[in-house]
Amino acid sequence: MAYKLNVNGQSYTVDVPPDMPLLWVLRDVLNLHGTKYGCGIGQCAACTVQLNGKATRSCLTPMSIVHNQAVTTIEGLSADGTHPVQVAWTEIDVPQCGYCQAGQMMAAAALLAKKPNPTDTDIDSAMNGNLCRCGTYLRIRKAIHKAAALTTNASAKTGQQAQLTPAVK
Amino acid sequence: MKRIDRRFFLKVTAAGAGGALIGLYVEPKAVAQRRGGPPAPPPDPHTYIKVAADGTVTIMAKNPEVGQGIKTMLPMLIADELDVEWKSVKIEQADFDDTRYAAQIAGGSTATPTNWTPMRQAGAAGRALFITAAAQTWSVPESDCTTSAGRVHHKASSRSLGYGELASKLAALPMPDLRTLKLKDPADYKIIGVSQKQREVPNIVTGKPIFGIDVVIPGMQFAVFEKCGVFGGKVMSANLDEIKKLRGVKNAFVVERPAITDGVIPGDPGLENGIAIVAESWWYAQAARKKLQVTWDEGPRANMSSAGFAQKAEELSKQPPQRTIRKDGDPDAAMGSAAKVIEAAYSYPFIAHAPLEPQNCTAHYHDGKCEIWTNSQIPGNARRLASQVLEIPESEITVHMVRGGGGFGRRLTNDYAAEAAFISKQAGVPVKLLWAREDDTTHDYYRPGGFQYLKAGLDANGKIAAWQNHFISYGEGDMFVSAGAMGPTEFPQRFIPNYHLQSSVQPLGIKTGSLRAPSSNAFAFVIQSFIDELAHAAGKDPVEFRLALLDSATSKGVELDARGRPGINADRMKGVVKLVAEKSGWGKQNLPQGTAMGVAFHYSHLGYFAEVAEVAVSAANKVKVNKVWVAADVGKQIINPSAAENMIQGAIIDGLSELMDQEITVEKGRVVQTNYHQHKMVRLTQAPPEIEVHYLITDNPPTGLGEPALPPVLPAVANAIFTATGKRVRSLPIARSEFKFSWA
Repeated sequence: MAYKLNVNGQSYTVDVPPDMPLLWVLRDVLNLHGTKYGCGIGQCAACTVQLNGKATRSCLTPMSIVHNQAVTTIEGLSADGTHPVQVAWTEIDVPQCGYCQAGQMMAAAALLAKKPNPTDTDIDSAMNGNLCRCGTYLRIRKAIHKAAALTTNASAKTGQQAQLTPAVK
Repeated sequence: MKRIDRRFFLKVTAAGAGGALIGLYVEPKAVAQRRGGPPAPPPDPHTYIKVAADGTVTIMAKNPEVGQGIKTMLPMLIADELDVEWKSVKIEQADFDDTRYAAQIAGGSTATPTNWTPMRQAGAAGRALFITAAAQTWSVPESDCTTSAGRVHHKASSRSLGYGELASKLAALPMPDLRTLKLKDPADYKIIGVSQKQREVPNIVTGKPIFGIDVVIPGMQFAVFEKCGVFGGKVMSANLDEIKKLRGVKNAFVVERPAITDGVIPGDPGLENGIAIVAESWWYAQAARKKLQVTWDEGPRANMSSAGFAQKAEELSKQPPQRTIRKDGDPDAAMGSAAKVIEAAYSYPFIAHAPLEPQNCTAHYHDGKCEIWTNSQIPGNARRLASQVLEIPESEITVHMVRGGGGFGRRLTNDYAAEAAFISKQAGVPVKLLWAREDDTTHDYYRPGGFQYLKAGLDANGKIAAWQNHFISYGEGDMFVSAGAMGPTEFPQRFIPNYHLQSSVQPLGIKTGSLRAPSSNAFAFVIQSFIDELAHAAGKDPVEFRLALLDSATSKGVELDARGRPGINADRMKGVVKLVAEKSGWGKQNLPQGTAMGVAFHYSHLGYFAEVAEVAVSAANKVKVNKVWVAADVGKQIINPSAAENMIQGAIIDGLSELMDQEITVEKGRVVQTNYHQHKMVRLTQAPPEIEVHYLITDNPPTGLGEPALPPVLPAVANAIFTATGKRVRSLPIARSEFKFSWA
């Protein structure tokens, strides 16, 4: 069945079965490999993308409910690594293997878009679903605070809210 | 399977109080993954360093990268000695090539000790070649030339040449003599010892396709491989005609292999029997698989269960041990005359590696050749296994090394590579094989579970006079399963005059292998917990008791084990125990009711680690780890401090996962747990908010820290739980006891 979807600001039409999860459409049909498969049952959240800005497990999201909603993947956060979450992740040197980090960052970006200055409790509830097998949690927490500070500093300088919502091509 | 000759060792060591202690011991036999290969080629700068005419420096990273930071760290060693600016260096992942590179392995925390000198030599030799080229160009003595930031300078004439301008002259120059090559004074390091960010971070944060699972090659199809839940089971019949008609499915076939021989399962048995489904997308293959109807011949292992293992262990514990691994002094007599005898039974479960990136491999077989893309931790073994299943020489196989989403020892075995290579050949197309998470959890090479029945005698002064351990593991006859052996030099051997380590084994039907800090990840829990029991029984402070134990070595210095690996150095371990006690404020902190500290140390992979955990236990037995202090002695140089800290903090959290709620159980020969909801790992809210890392810098060669940081945290937490509650954890995971980890 043909589905229309908008990924990172670009429109696609894909001919796939209604129960095919968004994850596999992204990875194997659209060749967007940044979104990762970890468990397939919503336990690890490596597959987290944003659906209309909301952190969503793409492994459990069939195409039948995706169509016409805006999908943002790690590739859409910014292609050049300039989104505050990407900058913070780089400066704090968060990753070890890096496999979970796309999902971590999509969840973090969704949190920051809603709460630009999250407390540790906010971080706990937004990020507890994302597993990191390498155990980089301390740096993930630090990087979220850093991204928040980057955003606040940027808005203090320019008088404008820095762009936390992903860039749309 | 490799059988190591049975070797007996008669060991005579000078005893502290005069006379000699004589110990007879047997080096245990365990199935092992084959390593080895040709002898290591010398560190040739031409192999590792490319300098373009425009001055761009590219350094080859030779080892598999699975998150341990090696792709950044090894080039740091080269770049510093080469004397180039780190920011100007590009890093390229090498393919597997044992004719050019020394051991390309991610295992055993060996990369630092084995590469520390040769990688610096490669860089220094490169620098020497640039100096020679410049000196010849200017007709000046080499001794008048200096280097900095990728340039050679001749101060007297104020001339300088960039490495790029000299690069074309290098090929004609003879290789510098490594024996006389001068390496930098550590005071001059500009890159080593400075935190360098992982070079792959920009690619990770922008979602670039850098992992094994992301490999795409032209014409590629996607494969899944269904194996019997019982190891060694074979396909009798399957509805393949129906499967082939499903949407997106290109092919489906049975992979027939000879029956696995009886006995202990080899460490890397290679291709197993099963059904391959090949499709135009992975999801089509996986969806088709759910419609598979297979009749299996499950074979003789289908009657095994965890309940049966526990029952058998209990029986074995009441019988005389099957063999003696080590006996020093007269343990029976010493036990008989002890002032106090303490006995305890400990156990720990099978656990899975569970790296977040499921096993996968891309292979393209054509015309008697094969190309493989793999995130194996030991790609040489992937090539060997592929060669066996394809029946072509290893020289016809090219192995590309791709980043792995975690390793933890799982990718030391290469079953997925053998499967991908075979499926590509049989399907006649390039394939990317990807295991579902459920395949990964149910077809792992598990950390072996085990049982230890301990008994110790304290003398009137509260010193340990005698130690007995009946170690119950898995294996057959005198052969232990892979990663299931305890060696004759396991601590506290050599620190207790009357020591008896005996073992019994029972057969096992599932595969086992090395999990991060193999054997240590279980043994440290048992031994450091039991030592804690003895400290409390003796009425001594757990830190003081440990320091006294480390002072009671029956010989000075360091001893080598039968494979030439150095054993524990008591002085180095005392150093980190004292450091962690000082940093944690051990014994000086006024902690609230229900909160306590626990301490433990462990030596493994040449690394000395002592750790203190501060743990709060609520009235409802909810355990919260408030903070962990780590003291490490891994030699004289921390090469990349940012990566080192990240790795140690990760090891602590990994250890807490093992302690908390990880257990693989077997029923009817099959692994019961299938995914992360049943084999849990620590989440963000369960991780200690603080993990403080301290190094004791000692004049020893730098060694690895990915593994040795892990083992002490399990007993440190268990010991803290005891101090807080008076209840001793003797069986893992603690979620099977009355305790639970709290959620934030």
